[in-house]
Amino acid sequence: MILEVEKLTKKYPSGNRSLTVLNGVSFQIEQGSTNAIVGPSGSGKSTLLGLAAGLDRPSSGRVVLNGRDLNPLSEEQLAELRNQHVGFVFQNFQLIPTLTALENVMVPLELRGGNHSREKAEELLSRVGLGDRLHHYPSQLSGGEQQRVSLARAFVNRPLILFADEPTGNLDGETSGAVAELLFRLNRDEGTTLVVVTHNMELASKTERVITLRSGSIESDRRHASEKAANGEG
Amino acid sequence: MAWRDSRSHRLRLLLYSLSIVLGVAALVSIRSFSANLRAGLEEQSKSLLGADLVFSGPLPLTPEVEELIRPFARERAYQTSFSSMALFPEREGTRLVQVRALEGEFPFYGELETDPASAAKGFRNGAFALLDQTLMLQFDLVPGDRIQLGHKTFEILGSLMSVPGDSPTFNALGSRIYIPERFVGETGLIQIGSRVRYAVFVRTDAAFDPATFLEENRERISGLDLRAETVQSRKEQLGRAMENLDRFLSLVGLIALLLGGIGVATSIHLYTREKIPVIATLRCIGATAKQSFSIYLLQAAGLGALGSTLGGLLGVAIQETLPVVFSGLIPFKVEIGVAWSAVAQGFWLGLAASVLFALIPLLPLRGISPLLALRSEYQEHDLPRRDWAVRLVYAAIGAFILSFALLNTESIGVGVGFFVGLLAVFAALYGAAALLIRLVRRYFPSRWAYEWRQGLANLYRPHNQTAVLMFAIGLGTFFLLSIFLVQSSLLQEIDRFGGPGKPNLILFDIQSNQTEPVAELVRAQGLPVLDMVPIVTMRLEAIGDVPRQDVLAHREAGRPEWALRREYRSTYRDVLDSTERIVRGRFPGDPESERIPVSLEDGIARELQVDLGDRLTFDVQGIRVEAEVASIRAVDWQNFQTNFFVVFPNGVLESAPQFHVLITRTETPEASAQLQREVVRDFPNISAVDLTLILESIESVLSKVSFVLHFLGAFTLLTGVIVLLGALASGRYQRARESALLRTMGGSRPQIWKILAAEYFFLGAFAVAVSFLLALVAGGALSLYLFESPVPHPGWVAPAFALGVVALVVLVGLFNSRRILEAPPLQILRAEN
Repeated sequence: MILEVEKLTKKYPSGNRSLTVLNGVSFQIEQGSTNAIVGPSGSGKSTLLGLAAGLDRPSSGRVVLNGRDLNPLSEEQLAELRNQHVGFVFQNFQLIPTLTALENVMVPLELRGGNHSREKAEELLSRVGLGDRLHHYPSQLSGGEQQRVSLARAFVNRPLILFADEPTGNLDGETSGAVAELLFRLNRDEGTTLVVVTHNMELASKTERVITLRSGSIESDRRHASEKAANGEG
Repeated sequence: MAWRDSRSHRLRLLLYSLSIVLGVAALVSIRSFSANLRAGLEEQSKSLLGADLVFSGPLPLTPEVEELIRPFARERAYQTSFSSMALFPEREGTRLVQVRALEGEFPFYGELETDPASAAKGFRNGAFALLDQTLMLQFDLVPGDRIQLGHKTFEILGSLMSVPGDSPTFNALGSRIYIPERFVGETGLIQIGSRVRYAVFVRTDAAFDPATFLEENRERISGLDLRAETVQSRKEQLGRAMENLDRFLSLVGLIALLLGGIGVATSIHLYTREKIPVIATLRCIGATAKQSFSIYLLQAAGLGALGSTLGGLLGVAIQETLPVVFSGLIPFKVEIGVAWSAVAQGFWLGLAASVLFALIPLLPLRGISPLLALRSEYQEHDLPRRDWAVRLVYAAIGAFILSFALLNTESIGVGVGFFVGLLAVFAALYGAAALLIRLVRRYFPSRWAYEWRQGLANLYRPHNQTAVLMFAIGLGTFFLLSIFLVQSSLLQEIDRFGGPGKPNLILFDIQSNQTEPVAELVRAQGLPVLDMVPIVTMRLEAIGDVPRQDVLAHREAGRPEWALRREYRSTYRDVLDSTERIVRGRFPGDPESERIPVSLEDGIARELQVDLGDRLTFDVQGIRVEAEVASIRAVDWQNFQTNFFVVFPNGVLESAPQFHVLITRTETPEASAQLQREVVRDFPNISAVDLTLILESIESVLSKVSFVLHFLGAFTLLTGVIVLLGALASGRYQRARESALLRTMGGSRPQIWKILAAEYFFLGAFAVAVSFLLALVAGGALSLYLFESPVPHPGWVAPAFALGVVALVVLVGLFNSRRILEAPPLQILRAEN
């Protein structure tokens, strides 16, 4: 198992009371699988993603990522773990506006202190079809192009698991389809585990497994083999 | 709406307003202090002179002078002043002092302030003396101790704190000593060559108008070789000095204010960029461009008003400290009160500067499209690029600065000069910033560690504030370093005087019959007689065929009065000194020529407008001597030895009444003190000038003046730091998001700290490097061309100061960023949504 979530609960203070966003959620994710977490707004999807990726701390329960319990890890250890094993794709791309496309993709490798980061980043940008936009700043790119940069950045350090938060949420229909296709293609090529949080049922249907959340709890957990076959696996 | 909209940002807005605070504070404190100075000047005007009218001159007062003043003098007092050595028998010490021998009830207005107070009157009743407080402290003297002047010993009755119209600092070259006039003869100090000044202080009838009298009797007074001073003329003279000070300081205040304005512009720029979605939403729900623009204009104006009010209050507080800063430089008492006109002026200037500078980022907001509300992120190019209104604002800022400079300096030349100079410094800082950024981009050190590269690259990335921060930090640093460099150049020059092997002690007023014994005494102490120079005093009688009085009466030609009236102290010799060189003509000239061939220093020849072959007639103590300019000499005055305007050949002045000057060098202060004691004991009429003491006095005056300048320069630097703080605080949102992203991708805290530190380090280092270079140019140019002192050597203090500024920038930057790393990354990324 690459990811184990056990009885995960997250509460936020809200005025004098506390608001339970996630309530005892448990599941396991297999290495190399593709998974979607769906649910209505406010069901706790993004919170779950943040906790699973070690961006936030749970109120109770635990997350085990690649065999390591995240609870006892310090912020620094979490950062190191993310840098080595985790990739992110955000709804609003979250590119650093002051860096060019190439520099944005290089960041995870640079943080790691690796060699040949420029070549690797250039190669990935070419794979996402942006070989001619390397030195453009995010503001000079369209939404679809920005999300492709974000995909290249997510894959550049060859993560074991990739978390995508509404990766097509800010894109129009056509671009959305192209980006989704790219996401799954890269995922397949790199053999990464994928966890997508989305409203988009079409996107969710491309994954092997769909976990549905409602009011902070798992409402259903379904696997669809046919989609797996459709995606060319197995 | 403006008030409601500011709700969540009031604290941050308050921080923005701080940049204008110091500028206004500087202006208010300076203006209010000047107003107090003027009030003090007006109130104490009569006591500035101590009398209604003073006549003074180099000759003993003759019956003609008595006749001149008799018609209007109700009361008079006389003063004979001269320099002399004083000996303190109890302390075995000697010192060159300025003796003022008084007869009569001077001052008629104001009073001599003494400790004990009774000494001010009491010293006139016997062989008593009043000594400058500093002198008493220096020699650890107390009332009852004795002081010997020439052959006469006086009992010290008290210490002197203040004399009407005298500023203590400028008496540092010779502390003041008051004695009764009737004992001057007994001292035996007035001999040939003694530089004595005789004055009569007059209290006139109330109806008498000194100005009219002086105007009507100008020639008569000039003929008697007298200089007249009235309360009005002293007031004007002091007033002019105060006004110059006020103008200069106001311009410094303006620089701080402008820097504050830039700070406001930067802060508003960053603040409103965050507000673009709000503005777009307002536009969507029906707000006009004018309405949405007005909301932020009102906020900026409110900010300016608050900042200016705080600045006014701070200015009033700072003003209280100014008398300490200026202590010793102002010759009368200043009562500190709040000058409301200055506060009001500061308020309006601060408000105007805030609004004008805020308009630059605010005006483009009119062009925000409501469509932006539908997009998640605005882009800089969504704003209109060329806006005529913004250009108009730039022009208005230019006009604001220029008119302030013109109104303050009341001189088109100086006002425009200041404006152009300021533009030049701005352009130089901006140009240097742009050049540096370009160079960094082109020669980017791609092999450096990631954190350093990231920090460096942040300087030229989109939305960077490099140019603004270069101004903010650079201007103050430039200003302070320039002052420092000029000061160190002057100090270098001073030190050059006293270098090893150079003369450092001069004995003067040596009578002809004393030359041999004095030289022997010096040698007996093991000291060298480096030179023994004869000096003959004379006055200029005529230039060509025109008598001096006529030249004086028709000074349209521009010959200065001092050059015509002065007592020329000339020497005679046939060889040049090491500090002289002949520019034109022959030295010593042809002895066979009809007139006596003299050599003129090139400066005085220019002032008198004479050249080779021109005739000059001198009155050598009653005897007319006709001379002809045979050579023009260049003299290096910056040496501690005797230099002369006029040098006669040998064989002319030998029998004229004269005195001599002996130049020597002592290696230790003890040897110097020992020699001075021996000389004063054996030859009381001889005075000694110790170079070390003079240099100390000059350094003390210099350091006082430079303290005032540094004090004000510090305002500029502090304002720069506040601008820096404001800019960093405004950019914090963007930085927080960036570091959250970096942390999401696995960046560690130390990595993010390093990136931030590297960025602030490069920012500070570039700003400081550029301003250091500019200061070297400006300081060097000022030293060379204005003060004619050597090119300043930065030594270690200037670089240390520069490094200190860099460290300050890094610290301020990191301090400001400390919260960035505290929030969990998810929270920041969520806020985005």
